[in-house]
Amino acid sequence: MSSASVSPTPEGIRQKTFLEEVIENTPGDCHLLNCIQCGTCGGSCPSGQDMDHTPRAIFAMISAGLKKEVLKSNTPWYCVSCYYCTVRCPQSVHITDIMYTLKRLAVKEKVYDDSKAPDFSKTFVDWVENYGRAFELGLMSMHLIKHNPFGVFKMAGMGMGMISKGRMAFTPTRIKGIDSLKAILNKAKELEAMA
Amino acid sequence: MKYSYFPGCSLERNASAYHVSAMAIAEPLGMEFVEVEDWNCCGATEYVSLNLIASYALIARNLAQAAKETSTKQLVAPCSACYLNLKKCNAYMEESPSLEEKINLALAAGGLSYKGGTLKVRHLLDVIVNDVGYEAIAAKVTKPLKGLRVAPYYGCMIVRPKLGKNGTFDNPEYPTTLDKLLKVLGATVIDFPLKAHCCGGHMTQISESTGFELIRRLIKGATDYKADLIVTLCPMCQLNLDAFQGAMNAHFNTTYHMPVLYFTQMIGLAFGMDAASLGIGTELVDARPALEKIGVEVPEAEIVVKKPPKEALPMPSMPEEK
Ligand code: SF4
Ligand code: SF4
Repeated sequence: MSSASVSPTPEGIRQKTFLEEVIENTPGDCHLLNCIQCGTCGGSCPSGQDMDHTPRAIFAMISAGLKKEVLKSNTPWYCVSCYYCTVRCPQSVHITDIMYTLKRLAVKEKVYDDSKAPDFSKTFVDWVENYGRAFELGLMSMHLIKHNPFGVFKMAGMGMGMISKGRMAFTPTRIKGIDSLKAILNKAKELEAMA
Repeated sequence: MKYSYFPGCSLERNASAYHVSAMAIAEPLGMEFVEVEDWNCCGATEYVSLNLIASYALIARNLAQAAKETSTKQLVAPCSACYLNLKKCNAYMEESPSLEEKINLALAAGGLSYKGGTLKVRHLLDVIVNDVGYEAIAAKVTKPLKGLRVAPYYGCMIVRPKLGKNGTFDNPEYPTTLDKLLKVLGATVIDFPLKAHCCGGHMTQISESTGFELIRRLIKGATDYKADLIVTLCPMCQLNLDAFQGAMNAHFNTTYHMPVLYFTQMIGLAFGMDAASLGIGTELVDARPALEKIGVEVPEAEIVVKKPPKEALPMPSMPEEK
């Protein structure tokens, strides 16, 4: 079973298109095939101006099989998950979910240009996988030190404010069932690798 | 009414004022909350950016833990991001048998299981306005918020996207439940055009200019409408609008001063509860001048700052370098 994914494509069976790959990696029915290129999504997007391609353009590029260009794009990383596009799309395309799929595929293929956003997610997840809970102080300080050392001073005022108001914990909380959570997540990742 | 309650990581610390005020108003509203046993982080918007099945399994562990409480099938989350994650996982597991099967294979490794749709996932605002109801709330108001101009702010994930059979409990573009609630409490509610716009989520950490711009729009909007304060229902929104307001001001060289409180705190004030018992005073943008308008006195916050522990912080390994 596990060797199927690494064996060369048998003759007569064509390789999956990028479009199929995106659909397959998005939970539920994401309706991407129904996109009519109307542009409502891009017009609704609060961070559209900072994206190198609008969501509409990204969907055209996915259909055209431009895998590398799509996965290198900053578009999914600038998506703030506001879901405006998703509720406005006349074709019910699960646009925000597809943005998450593109992030995952970009991480898997290690092709993103700017590592800031993926690193932020990784640092966040690292705390969660080890403690079962998020830890803001650890997350923010580790992220700042790595990506924006000067930002440490800029954000220090805010951090001190949070600490003086008792809103920042110095140590993370660990859930009781951390071992069982780790077993669940490891199994989940195994299943993901098999897919 | 009895509910399972999923506080989420933010409410443990940075948004403890939200938790404290929600618990304070539970009794007068006739609500009982049972905290989900040994709950874990919902993964926010981060885990699903890296792993699909693992991120859903992380959420599903909470659903499985919550389903152990047999006295209620209602699971309430006060945080909009937790609410959406729990709701999404619940709906997609019900909709997609193959996803449900994979998630359950993972859960089984931790001795758990969950059937999609077993619980009904709801936001705290939904249960307060729809289960308790406006009339019952009005009957408890002893100190109406008369003369206070408030901007009701919903943000994104409480009203979008529409999911599962029940869709959303309020309009995804122009929600009104919080508006009505604040009117019942006696406040002057402005018709805030940006009420369902985005606070920027984690953007301040990824791209400051993008994140601060989204915050600026909202703060400017509420200021232009002469609001005394913004009322929110999500810890992420509160963090962005309140804690990052100073950094946003520094970025744009502006001097906005717009306090941001939780709707649960407003309910408590209208019920005549004392400000400190509702966690008021922990906001970074001082809400005292605004609250003076309705005769609420907020004592100087007496927060005991715990010293950092002497031993080094337990640091997990950094994500592997490329
Ligand atoms: S709004 Fe929907 S149909 Fe229109 S371009 Fe975007 S994804 Fe396609
Ligand atoms: S969900 Fe993402 S892509 Fe869609 S409008 Fe919001 S920011 Fe843009």
